[in-house]
Amino acid sequence: MREKSKILKVILYIVLILYAIITFYPFLWALAASFKPLKEIVSGNPNIIPKHATLASYEYIFGASSLFTRWFVNSVIVSTIGTVINIFLNTMAGYALARLDFPGRQRIYYAFLAFMMVPAQILLIPNFLILSKMGLLDTLTSLILPAAINIGNIFMMRQFFLSFPKDIEEAAEVDGLGRFATFFRIVMPLARPSIATQAVFTFMGFWNNFMAPMLYISTPSKYTLTLGLQTFVSQQSGIRWDHSMAASIISILPIIVLYIIFNGYFLQGIRMDGEK
Amino acid sequence: MASNLEYRKPQKTGQKRRNRETRQAYLFLTPALIIIIIFFVAAIAFALFMSFNKVNMFSQQFRFTGFKNYLNAFSDKVALKALSNTALFSFVVVPLQTLIALVIAYGLSSHAVKFKKTFRLIYFLPTLTSSAALTLIFMFIFNVAGPLNNFFMSIGFYNKPINFLQNPAYSLKVIMVMNIWSTVPTYMTIYLASLVDLPESFYEAAEMDGATSWDKLRYITVPYLRPITTYVLLTGIIGTFQMFDQAFIFSNGSGGPNNSTLTLALMIYNYAFGSLNTMGYACALAILLTIIIFAVSRLAEKINGGNGLQ
Repeated sequence: MREKSKILKVILYIVLILYAIITFYPFLWALAASFKPLKEIVSGNPNIIPKHATLASYEYIFGASSLFTRWFVNSVIVSTIGTVINIFLNTMAGYALARLDFPGRQRIYYAFLAFMMVPAQILLIPNFLILSKMGLLDTLTSLILPAAINIGNIFMMRQFFLSFPKDIEEAAEVDGLGRFATFFRIVMPLARPSIATQAVFTFMGFWNNFMAPMLYISTPSKYTLTLGLQTFVSQQSGIRWDHSMAASIISILPIIVLYIIFNGYFLQGIRMDGEK
Repeated sequence: MASNLEYRKPQKTGQKRRNRETRQAYLFLTPALIIIIIFFVAAIAFALFMSFNKVNMFSQQFRFTGFKNYLNAFSDKVALKALSNTALFSFVVVPLQTLIALVIAYGLSSHAVKFKKTFRLIYFLPTLTSSAALTLIFMFIFNVAGPLNNFFMSIGFYNKPINFLQNPAYSLKVIMVMNIWSTVPTYMTIYLASLVDLPESFYEAAEMDGATSWDKLRYITVPYLRPITTYVLLTGIIGTFQMFDQAFIFSNGSGGPNNSTLTLALMIYNYAFGSLNTMGYACALAILLTIIIFAVSRLAEKINGGNGLQ
């Protein structure tokens, strides 16, 4: 029995480590390639360690001839503003649905539920035309406005406020605070854990979104990072693996930093997803 | 009489209070409602309207054609190819991603395992990475002179490099591998979260009856996770049927080589925004896709026997 459980433990570790290698292997190669000269990459050198390590790829993408820095800044702008707007709108809507009693509440709640199930494909074409009518195509606003709320996050906040202690608000009312002051000064700070979970996933959603920028943005200087990365594939002369790997690595870094700082919120968010 | 008056008073302020609360509620909801009305309600109505019309984007003309767009879809060879690609994709990817996620989560939840945080960080990397970066990295790994070809040749698997990216026989399979690889971590985390809640006493009781690890997985863990599995399957099906980014970047939007990576979502995009001026038809296809996703999801839910949406 003892022997057997030892063997099982070894098998367990082998499976876990093997899968970790499978997951990590592509990232490791991408990282290595970003420090190699193109010649070395395309020569089919089976060694992962660069023979002539160089920062040339990074110098190129951050250099003057490349729009990469611009795309990075665009991504930061869209993701940050989009996330801040989302936090306020989703939290306010979730709060109203959970805490305030008003006619039409049930109906709005069920309408939101139904809209959550509509796939992106149906919305994409009409939204393109609506944005074009509003004159917003090819602006960073077009990336934020249709995504200014997230119904899933409104639900998450609603669930949170359903179990939020009522006496806190009552105490604030006794102290003479109005509804809005109570919400922005007392309720929102207390909802920080839920808001952080929402913020992390919203930011990641904006940062990694490919479809919206691809559809709505046409001027290269307004590209976001994801769309910029795609230009490496469409080059006529073949893909510059050295540049594209360096660009990919840089595009991943901010999210990894975010993950390391907010580790707990990531797991919590996925967990809530699973229990939806 | 006096008691009657006293009774009325709070009711009146109650009414006032309720009016105020209604006003406040709608103030809180207005921004969200505006977005939903424009980009959901109006958009869906617009999509339905266009699906019954022949839309000419250049002259901004709409001509009512009834169900013609919908009927055309059934004799469209490209649509059939996209449907078969997508169905095959979903049929291969969904069971594999679910199975691998379950096995890894089961392993990681074991008390015998150390360095859980490190494992989790590594496993989680693909979830954090954008589909654009992931696709580029995978294309690099699979390219003719890339690491995978070198690895397989060095262990003597074959001795001429395979052109995974341009050979229609391989391209969809590469995207399948990439998709499984990138979605497993999310589902693994979902499984892991509910495995934490599985009462230890279930396992202990089984051990006393002499159950092996396999028995425990087969008779305790898997049945316990059934509702979560339904959720994972549904999310997987919806995700695979809407697969767009990876196919788009891989083929640079064309669905090539030879339509081998043309998914339904990519085809809808091409019909709507390509040179064909067939936006109405694309809307009809998008609505058909929704119906397909809904039907397949219900079927999977029935087969698995749980209700994942509750």
